[in-house]
Amino acid sequence: MSIFVNKHTKLLVQGITGSAGSFHSGQMMDYGTQVVAGVTPGRGGQVFNGSVPIFNTVAEAVEATGANASAIFVPPPFAADAILESCDAEIETIVAITEGIPVLDMIGVRAAMKGSKSRLIGPNCPGIITPGECKIGIMPGHIHQVGRIGVVSKSGTLTYEAVGQLSDLNIGQSTCIGIGGDPVNGTNFIDVLEAFEADPDTEGLIMIGEIGGNAEEEAAAWIADNFSKPLVCFVAGMTAPPGKRMGHAGAIISGGSGTASAKVAALREAGAVVVDNPADMGAAMKTLLES
Amino acid sequence: MKIHEYQGKAVLAEFGVPVPKGRVIDQAADAADVFAELGGGLCVVKAQIHAGGRGKGGGVKLARTAAEAVEYANDILGMQLVTHQTGPEGTKVMKVLVEEGTDIARELYVAMVPDRETQRVCLMASTEGGMDIEKVAAETPEKILKEWVDPAVGLCAYQCRKVAFALGIEGKAVRAMTKVLIGLYDAFMAKDGSLAEINPLVVTGDGEIIALDAKFNFDSNALYRQKGIVAMRDFGEEDEREIEASKHDLAYIALDGNIGCLVNGAGLAMATMDTIKLFGGEPANFLDVGGGATTAKVTAAFKLILADDAVRCVMVNIFGGIMKCDVIAEGVVAAAKEVGLSIPLVVRLAGTNVDLGKKILAESGLPIISAGNMGDAARKAVEAAGKA
Repeated sequence: MSIFVNKHTKLLVQGITGSAGSFHSGQMMDYGTQVVAGVTPGRGGQVFNGSVPIFNTVAEAVEATGANASAIFVPPPFAADAILESCDAEIETIVAITEGIPVLDMIGVRAAMKGSKSRLIGPNCPGIITPGECKIGIMPGHIHQVGRIGVVSKSGTLTYEAVGQLSDLNIGQSTCIGIGGDPVNGTNFIDVLEAFEADPDTEGLIMIGEIGGNAEEEAAAWIADNFSKPLVCFVAGMTAPPGKRMGHAGAIISGGSGTASAKVAALREAGAVVVDNPADMGAAMKTLLES
Repeated sequence: MKIHEYQGKAVLAEFGVPVPKGRVIDQAADAADVFAELGGGLCVVKAQIHAGGRGKGGGVKLARTAAEAVEYANDILGMQLVTHQTGPEGTKVMKVLVEEGTDIARELYVAMVPDRETQRVCLMASTEGGMDIEKVAAETPEKILKEWVDPAVGLCAYQCRKVAFALGIEGKAVRAMTKVLIGLYDAFMAKDGSLAEINPLVVTGDGEIIALDAKFNFDSNALYRQKGIVAMRDFGEEDEREIEASKHDLAYIALDGNIGCLVNGAGLAMATMDTIKLFGGEPANFLDVGGGATTAKVTAAFKLILADDAVRCVMVNIFGGIMKCDVIAEGVVAAAKEVGLSIPLVVRLAGTNVDLGKKILAESGLPIISAGNMGDAARKAVEAAGKA
């Protein structure tokens, strides 16, 4: 098993005719993801890559193909609208890859999504992959192996780093999710932890946090009471100076809150193994699994 | 993106928030004219830099006569103003705001900020105006009132009244306070603020409410639709290398160490800095070349890193995903040759086509130190920087 996406997931891609959208749609199809539709307003009736029908609206695409997941590659000024269009069409899993969506747009999106049936992953994230079954996003598929360890992270390349280390040790992954580094996003650490806790085929989890906000502290509180599986964590940004945005919009230490040391302390308190050296994530998981 | 106080006050005024009359000048002699325009009463001369804590650093002075106004403007203009937010070298003052004095009965604090937890805009208010609000939040959090705004309806009058009464505001000032808070919220939303703060917001002896300061930060992701705000950008307040980096679509932040870092991805870039520190070194910068690390971007990144004289070693840490390692290796080699790299270069590559990438580095003829993983790379970089 896995969480959120699997071999039955039918994906539609919003922005499939753009440069990132078309490139990654091809990559996702090569990986084996069922890409059933594309959406580009005004390009309805055309066909992508010789096999994927393009529609003007998400509603039409869902009606015609039964798509239940969407990947958003729409440029930032139009991305909030694209998320809401997927939500309106009752897409189950919306994966917003787009980086640079204004925060106030996301506040509006999150309010509008309340009570809806959709789960949003991202924005500003690499996406989600269940190795061997379904890849939605921009991660390099081939570094993954089918297996039983989950990975969740705010950062894209650090997710790849963790996956690469696991695969090098022949430890496969159940599902890997990038939740994104924006201040206002969809699925959070606790949502993912709950799903991995409930997934009988996930044996352990690597969770990667970073400076800014207090999502890691909240996750730690939840972990202490509810998470029973081996857990390895790393928190990026020990050396980040306060008041500076470290690449991600949400990665900023402000007013003394959001520091890496507070997050590390909370996660250790909750029973997680927190590595100081990010090169040790895979090895730490191996040790935990063998003990 | 930040703006100056005088610009922030102009934004507030546009949304109906009362601010003192005044004018910004860059010539001290003009202070006499402004003093006269304001009616010849008490006036305040305030340094315009982006950092807070200007009063303590000597950047705010009260003038009783035109001559005093000129004298203080002369003192402040051109000074290297040091505050707790500027760093020890301070910031050079290029402009001063001369404005009318205000009869202050009470000093309050109000702010708007996006709250990650509730995913709503949060209105914060406190009776402790004029204080360092971070200190208030840390020591007496009960003194900070919060109201969260439902984006579907905006900030409601009842929420403003609730805050006003809780702050001990009475009589006609309650209505004035509501107008100020709604004006602040509207400005925040219309201009894509990431922080809007009035500290202090004062109640005058006559029961008027006036914004004596204005601090705005704006969401850099929204600047594409905020031409008016972008026009207020003061490049003189920003780090030159960070401006240069943004031209090449690189995220760069200068730090105090001697190991230059070139990494793809913000999280990996932070993790690289942390690993350097873990092995006893100090990173010279944060630098994220982004997902598409092209030769042009890598070259621009090398130039930026090497422009810092403190750098004794460069560490490249790239996880090649969609971008293949051989392409990155070619970029690194071309960039190193173009900039005539003369200090040690430690490279760690991982991901797609890693062996081909390593071969290109080994055959380049450049003195590249290759590393197996990021821990190994950091250790080698710290060692190389120590020897150089």
